Amino acid sequence: MSPAYILKRIVLVGYTLLVVSLIVFAITQILPADAAVMMLGENATAEALAALRAQMGLDAPIWAQYGHWLAGVLRGDFGVSMRTGQQVGPVMIEALGRSLLLALFSIVLMLMLALPLGIIAAVRRGRIADLVVSVISYIGVSLPEFVTATLVVLVLADWLQWLPATGYVPLTENLLQGLRHLVLPVLTISVILIAHVSRMVRSELVDVLHTDYIRAARLKGLPGRTVLYKHALRNALLPTITIVALDIGYLLGGVIVVEEIFALPGIGRQLIVAIQSRDLPSIQAGALIMAATYAVASFLADIAYARLDRRIQYD
Amino acid sequence: MIELLRRVLRSPQGALGLVLVGLILLVVILGPWIAPYNPESLAPLQRYKPPSAQFWLGTDQYGRDILSRLLHGARATVVLAVFATALGTLAGALIGTISAFLGGRSDEAIMRTVDAVMSIPSLLLALLIVNLLGKSSLNALLAIAIAFTPGMARVTRSVALAVRKQDYVNAAIARGESAGFIVWREMLPNVVAPIIVEMTIRVAFAVMLFATLSFLGLGAQPPASEWGLMVAEARRFMHLSPWMILWPSLAVAFVAIGFNLLGDGLRDALNPRT
Repeated sequence: MSPAYILKRIVLVGYTLLVVSLIVFAITQILPADAAVMMLGENATAEALAALRAQMGLDAPIWAQYGHWLAGVLRGDFGVSMRTGQQVGPVMIEALGRSLLLALFSIVLMLMLALPLGIIAAVRRGRIADLVVSVISYIGVSLPEFVTATLVVLVLADWLQWLPATGYVPLTENLLQGLRHLVLPVLTISVILIAHVSRMVRSELVDVLHTDYIRAARLKGLPGRTVLYKHALRNALLPTITIVALDIGYLLGGVIVVEEIFALPGIGRQLIVAIQSRDLPSIQAGALIMAATYAVASFLADIAYARLDRRIQYD
Repeated sequence: MIELLRRVLRSPQGALGLVLVGLILLVVILGPWIAPYNPESLAPLQRYKPPSAQFWLGTDQYGRDILSRLLHGARATVVLAVFATALGTLAGALIGTISAFLGGRSDEAIMRTVDAVMSIPSLLLALLIVNLLGKSSLNALLAIAIAFTPGMARVTRSVALAVRKQDYVNAAIARGESAGFIVWREMLPNVVAPIIVEMTIRVAFAVMLFATLSFLGLGAQPPASEWGLMVAEARRFMHLSPWMILWPSLAVAFVAIGFNLLGDGLRDALNPRT
């Protein structure tokens, strides 16, 4: 992997963020409602409105507004929330931290379950185990997060009363309580991930198991385990890395719903609150930070993929 | 077409998917006629009823029959999702084919921009667009269509690149046909098959996305019996009657499973790999 390739990818990440910032700004800034009227109410005097518009920069041409906003973002200044009057940037970054924690636990759980399920299904292809895994993964892929969340709350919180249905306790404050509050959101997010990734592992592994070099390894008399884990799995897992990276995009969409349902104060919930209260700076910052997270994640996945697969020569 | 159908029916997923989607279409067409009750008639004495011979799936917080609401809501949920997918697919297919036709730097620029747009999660993009346009079913449809466009453009372009190299496209260029003619009449018809597969799978996703938007209060508005909205409304009464929330949830999952299975069956039928 040449430095030129990495440089090209970094430039692409920059371009991605530029396009996203344009889209986000365009969508939010041309909102039908006038932000100044929203803040001061319908009965505000014309002078007060004009003063506020001037103060917020709303009287400037749209390109100037965009330039001003982007310059602020580049300095790490996302503006002030119209709802709380606080700086948006630190609030959103802190919320992102909680969302990433949720995502991290979900990915760990996914890897712990999706890999074994996919391997079992591929090795026992066409048998009962394969069928069971397929059925589970079809159901998992087809349940929207709000349905999964509803079901896990209904069973684990409502009927069995094992876990709290909503709320959030920082892990630093009370580790056990904090973890208990994270179980249901993590379960909800993992379901689709597990379903998706186990299917992917299965189909990649099935393909690899049919190749000549696996046949050669078998005929050489290597034990089945060695063939499976040392020869087949390594090659089957490579494309899975890309899928996991793509799933991060889904994951970020998923946290919006899951955090809203479980009242978990992550970036998704912040966004919903911002959208409901039409808090422009918060919407812009939240959307931009989410897209940036995804762009960086897929960049890292690309690099990891190229590092691990020496057959691929990028230039 | 008949041959394709036969091949879809040969795989277990395809056959099951076809049956499920067929059932769903029947409900969409006949739903309002086979519903036993009026979905909006209130019955204060029959609230929170569990499933019984009188109300097969029970009743909700106003005593409305849940089965009737689901049967009526099928149109709101499924038809909108199909339209949204079709619209997004058409837009994406156009962009992807044009990009492949132009090739070179234009292709590179278009696809990089498509990639950039795709880094906004589709739910987030849909949320932002609905927020811009205002909450309603129609705007949710538009938002989903727009959110699907870049993904479909990407899929279409990879197919269209192969088509672009075919002799009949070069012949059209040699004949001096206009770019519009070549994209619309020569290339698009030949990328349709793989796109239909992708579209079928995306209908499942659109149903989920649309229900999610309604669930968040940004899609269909009360008293509509859209399924995501029904789940959202039932959440407050979960302790009183879990049935209220269970049925519409299962209905959404049922539709998504049906279209997922059919899509996979179609994919296997169109390019048999193993």
